[in-house]
Amino acid sequence: MGAHFGHGADHHAATPPGGRALRLGIGGPVGSGKTALTAALCRVLRDELALAVVTNDIYTTEDADFLRREAVLSDDRITAVRTGACPHTAIRDDISANLDAVEALEQRHPGLDLVIVESGGDNLTALFSRGLADRQIFVLDVAGGDDVPRKGGLGVAAADLLVINKTDLAPLVGSDLELMASDAARVRDGKPVALTSLREAPGAPEVAAWVRRVVAGSREHAPA
Amino acid sequence: MHPSLLLLADSRLPAGGHAHSGGLEPAVTAGTVTDIPSLTAFLRGRLATTGLVTAALAAAACALAVTATEPVEEDRLPGLPRAGGATGTGTPAEAATHRASDPPPSGTTTGTVNRATVTGDGGLAVAWEVLDAEADTRTPSPAQRRAARAQGRSLARVALRTWPSAALDVLARQGAHHPLVLGAATAAAGGGPRDAASIAAYGSVTGGASAGVRLLGLDPLGVNEALGGLAAAIDAVAAEAAGYAGRPWAELPAPSAPVLDLYAEAHAGADLRLFES
Ligand SMILES: Nc1nc2c(ncn2[C@@H]2O[C@H](COP(=O)(O)OP(=O)(O)OP(=O)(O)O)[C@@H](O)[C@H]2O)c(=O)[nH]1
Ligand SMILES: [Mg+2]
Repeated sequence: MGAHFGHGADHHAATPPGGRALRLGIGGPVGSGKTALTAALCRVLRDELALAVVTNDIYTTEDADFLRREAVLSDDRITAVRTGACPHTAIRDDISANLDAVEALEQRHPGLDLVIVESGGDNLTALFSRGLADRQIFVLDVAGGDDVPRKGGLGVAAADLLVINKTDLAPLVGSDLELMASDAARVRDGKPVALTSLREAPGAPEVAAWVRRVVAGSREHAPA
Repeated sequence: MHPSLLLLADSRLPAGGHAHSGGLEPAVTAGTVTDIPSLTAFLRGRLATTGLVTAALAAAACALAVTATEPVEEDRLPGLPRAGGATGTGTPAEAATHRASDPPPSGTTTGTVNRATVTGDGGLAVAWEVLDAEADTRTPSPAQRRAARAQGRSLARVALRTWPSAALDVLARQGAHHPLVLGAATAAAGGGPRDAASIAAYGSVTGGASAGVRLLGLDPLGVNEALGGLAAAIDAVAAEAAGYAGRPWAELPAPSAPVLDLYAEAHAGADLRLFES
């Protein structure tokens, strides 16, 4: 078993070894729509992929409770991890509690295709460790200000997919979506950006399509 | 101290410690700890109880891990019941339920072990199970047992990666208590029982201290000053704990702090909490 680096142009490809589930991190500031996006992906993908979710709640088990209440997955496929007042530590510097949760889910549900790890709401420098997430999505909120992509930060610049969410709110808060998209493109070196409104398109079709491609790609790379 | 051991003692070791408050969060919730003097008193109490127990367990585990890699002398493994001894055999469970204050149970020899018990098929695994049961009996709160095992699992993960060893392998599979894994990791990193005791005693107060900074907004310079003031006490606890390393495991110290146990249980059921324990 070993990490598989250097597949073609994808210089930080972290293909899951030994055919284990692909681990997808979803990070971003507080309230940007991480849980809503997680719920959307579960609803859209659960019939075609074997899924499980780890939430990193900051204070309560709110996010896990929401996902259970919405019944996007059965209860035993959703685990909440506590982060000791330091959400970025739990996804970056010391990933052990999250790894434990992911591995327990993998053991309980053999043959999982995808485990989503939702980070606690955090700042723009939060980034998932490659030891925890094979791929990561960073979710921004249009209402957080259209200058956020320009400010950059590790999450905006380095995530495999940047989601700019709540586009329905743009006219209400005076955010310029084109500016956000072009600022993001400038710091992202060609990596994809998706503009979404989970209000208007609850299935997040563009993001779901990206996740499908990533899961399919990781299967191709996985050793037989 | 060897730099490998400094790595083990470092709060930045990625072994899951950051999500545990060392019992401090429920004490803050209860209003017992509000400032640096009350935090210092809390840490002193924890050091004298949990600190001594975990340091002694870590020292005993380190001694077992070191011994198990060397040719075994008849009397080197003090905790095990003698297999087929003249007084009969004590089962691991009997040894485990034996309280530190009780006289030695019949069937448990003090200070001897049959070499075959340890080196034979599965014998070493049994030895670790017995020591793990000693840790269980000294951890009355189920929530704290869960926390100790979760932290043991996380420490085993990082230690196995950096200092692979047969003992860590067994403990990872058993899901052992944190101080056992710490003792085995110390041995694997080249340290002895006294080192393991020091790291455990130190760790018994640093988690609560940093949780105090986060939960109460305490001045980190003041908290560090308080920790500096505890240094001599930490060293004394570690020295006392290491002294048990050659003695029968049933005699390992067992002071307890019932309020901390109650806090731990209340915390596990609390709706609002930042730390796992
Ligand atoms: N108008 C609008 N609201 C949205 C959209 N997506 C999510 N929301 C709402 O935004 C709020 C926060 O969404 P969550 O999914 O809980 O955000 P989060 O990033 O998980 O929040 P934390 O986990 O607390 O950091 C909720 O009230 C959602 O219903 C969207 O596209 N448009
Ligand atoms: Mg959320």
